[in-house]
Amino acid sequence: MEGDIAAIGKGLVFGLGAIGPGIGIGYLVGKAIEAMARQPEAAGMVRTTMFLGIAFVEALALFGFVLSFIIQ
Amino acid sequence: MTGVLAATEHGINDPFVVPPVLELFEFPAIFFEGTPFAINRTVLIVLFATLLAMALMAFAFRSPKVVPGKAQAAAEGLVGFIREQIAVQVMGPEGLPWVPFLTTIFLFVWINNIFEVVPLVNFPATSRMAIPAFLAGLIWLAFFITGLVKQGPRYIWNVAFPPGVPWPIYILVTPIELVSTFIVRPLTLAVRLFANLVAGHIILTIIFLTIQAFLFSGSGTPVGLVALAAAPLLIGFELVVGVLQAYIMTILAAVYIGSSLHAEH
Repeated sequence: MEGDIAAIGKGLVFGLGAIGPGIGIGYLVGKAIEAMARQPEAAGMVRTTMFLGIAFVEALALFGFVLSFIIQ
Repeated sequence: MTGVLAATEHGINDPFVVPPVLELFEFPAIFFEGTPFAINRTVLIVLFATLLAMALMAFAFRSPKVVPGKAQAAAEGLVGFIREQIAVQVMGPEGLPWVPFLTTIFLFVWINNIFEVVPLVNFPATSRMAIPAFLAGLIWLAFFITGLVKQGPRYIWNVAFPPGVPWPIYILVTPIELVSTFIVRPLTLAVRLFANLVAGHIILTIIFLTIQAFLFSGSGTPVGLVALAAAPLLIGFELVVGVLQAYIMTILAAVYIGSSLHAEH
């Protein structure tokens, strides 16, 4: 590929790859805060599960990040 | 690093040259060049981080007392956090034998991440794929062998055929379960840590480069001032990312090991 088109592709891979996880993490953390506010005594459990969920969702965005470097 | 130095030297006349990405992460060998045991800056950082973790723990617990001193209280806080918040919370009482393993992973990853913002070092060793890949392989071995020991050879069967599913669905579920458990798990573990630290290192490099190139360049000074104001925030952010990634790596190790302790039913 020509350098210019490859640069656009890199941007697109990372940008498009970040949209879904961005929305996902937004929902996830919002719901977790809601749960903590409703039931503060369960905050520890909710926080652990929230970080787990964030880790899984975030991995998708990071795949996009790594792929944008792999594209020549 | 040569790109950064070049930008410093030519900062005013030739502003803002972002070096090629590989130049930020590959260093020439310092000792034993040309042998398989060549040591470069990354290896030195890893060795130093290992020694530092060992020295910190040995210093904190050199003579344990019932009423802990400052160092012992801090180290006890760390171990207690991993024991209560990670091992016991995720795996139950069966997680207690895994506390040393989890503490080791947490401390090693954390100290390696912190080197990202330590002045004069400024390079997280965890941003080279070898180290996250090694840790992910270690965790893979830990949960695979735990599964084989606790459930016997049926472990792989239990993973492939989760109970409570109507049998035609197994055509779909079995390949997904096998791939996600034995291939995607270690891959995401390694890529998550690696990509976070690579991104952090690149962002910090670019912000420092911007300061160097623009702050005393006359017309570009406002850009340099904005970058100068943003740099401490980014450093703080990277510190948080370092702790968070170490925490996530540890808690995922606990979840994976805990998932192979018992068959689902």
